[in-house]
Amino acid sequence: MIELQNITKRFGEHTILNGINLRFEAGSVTAVLGPNGSGKTTLMKTILGLVRPESGAMFIEGESVLGGAEYRNIIGYMPQIARFQDNLTARELIAMIRDIRENPPGSREEELCAMFDLAPHLDKHLKTLSGGTRQKVNAVLAFMFNPQILMLDEPTAGLDPIAASTFKDLVLAERDAGRTVLLTSHIMSEVHELADTIIFLLEGNVYFQGASAELLASTGENTLERAIARLLQEKNQTLSPKTQHLSV
Amino acid sequence: MKTIIKLTRYGIISAARSRWILGYTAFFFLASEGLMRFGGDTSKAVASLLNVVLLLIPLVSIVIGTMTVYNNRDFTELLLSQPLRRSSLFAGQYLGLALPLTAAYLLGVGVPLLARMGSTDSVANTGLVLMLLASGTALTLIFTALALVVATRYDDRAFGLGAALLLWLLAAALYDGIMLAVIWTFRDYPLEMPVLAMSILNPIDLARTLVMLKFDVAALMGYTGAVFEKFFGTALGMSAAASALLFWILAPFGLGMKIFAKKDF
Repeated sequence: MIELQNITKRFGEHTILNGINLRFEAGSVTAVLGPNGSGKTTLMKTILGLVRPESGAMFIEGESVLGGAEYRNIIGYMPQIARFQDNLTARELIAMIRDIRENPPGSREEELCAMFDLAPHLDKHLKTLSGGTRQKVNAVLAFMFNPQILMLDEPTAGLDPIAASTFKDLVLAERDAGRTVLLTSHIMSEVHELADTIIFLLEGNVYFQGASAELLASTGENTLERAIARLLQEKNQTLSPKTQHLSV
Repeated sequence: MKTIIKLTRYGIISAARSRWILGYTAFFFLASEGLMRFGGDTSKAVASLLNVVLLLIPLVSIVIGTMTVYNNRDFTELLLSQPLRRSSLFAGQYLGLALPLTAAYLLGVGVPLLARMGSTDSVANTGLVLMLLASGTALTLIFTALALVVATRYDDRAFGLGAALLLWLLAAALYDGIMLAVIWTFRDYPLEMPVLAMSILNPIDLARTLVMLKFDVAALMGYTGAVFEKFFGTALGMSAAASALLFWILAPFGLGMKIFAKKDF
């Protein structure tokens, strides 16, 4: 479980996260949505410790973690861009991350490599791999230590349909195993398939938080894509957050 | 510490497979081997190599260092999402860059020079070669640290590379011009000590002075040369020079680590 309390982050004069209060529950997939520049990536990077907020508190499994490093032992992160140190092979990269994490027992790398059909590519230099294959390596790195928390930033971008389908099955299995999963995606069908909860960020504020069915019901639309478009239209008309959904 | 060693090891593996490090080693090897083979004299070879070392090492270290940090930006983010302390990651990143560059220089210059030095070569010539190797190593460590400061401080790749080149130009060329202007302006005053102090403040000048004094040609440099030799010839002078070089390694390293610790990725 992740809890954010009053997190504020500014870049210069721009407020990217404006006193955000959120709670991500275990055994649930939460999709963080919003237009470009709404603060999705900054929110994820704040949880990971890549971005340092100006104020606020963050708790993971009940412990205050802001500024620490050890808590990332229970986090698996799959970034959107899969660029690595190009002169290493995929096998060496996996070994390096395992090495950095002090070789935790029960690593699933073999199972995951088989799942994503990575065996023929493991001894190739990373710079020679296609974007999709690199993304599969990324998936292995994120899932291999059975992390309690999974943070997936546009995870299926670049994956072929078979790998994307395998990946989604994997995410749902992890959720059923009680993991906390955070996801960003611009593919609404994927969000609909995976997410139990949707958080819609707009200009650094939580504009909507609730189940996808709730979002569809509140906007009167049939699809998530149209519901999100309706939210944006409403925002443009009212210029004020939909406060009835702000309770966290 | 264990984490720093691990990160350094992977940095070295990656660097050892890259073409630029092989090219850098080959260049120094061919230049040193050629000068020793055709120059026929160790001190002449060192004198020729000195200028190459003083210009090329800072340039290559700062450019390769800056570009590597920019190219590895996404990979650095991936590593930061692991349970690593930022200080360990920064130190690993620095050593993973500085050690392969140092090894390339020592292999490229040290092997041909030491292998071709004849039995007739004096102890002084051995000292000269060792001083050249030590100075080049110090310059590598200093300018790699400066590269990390620049690339960590500025997110804009073009601006960062420009700043790195400007730093190199300042240390390699402009600083000497400033020194000459100072000497000319205050030519009526005794300037030996201020010039001594100024040459310690720039690592390239300091490296040049340390190697030059090993040539035993200080007498040709007039009164200033005598003052320099007198100062650097003492234990106090050598300690001051070593401390200045160490300061030039540690100060940018510390500054870079401070920026890295607070940086938003």
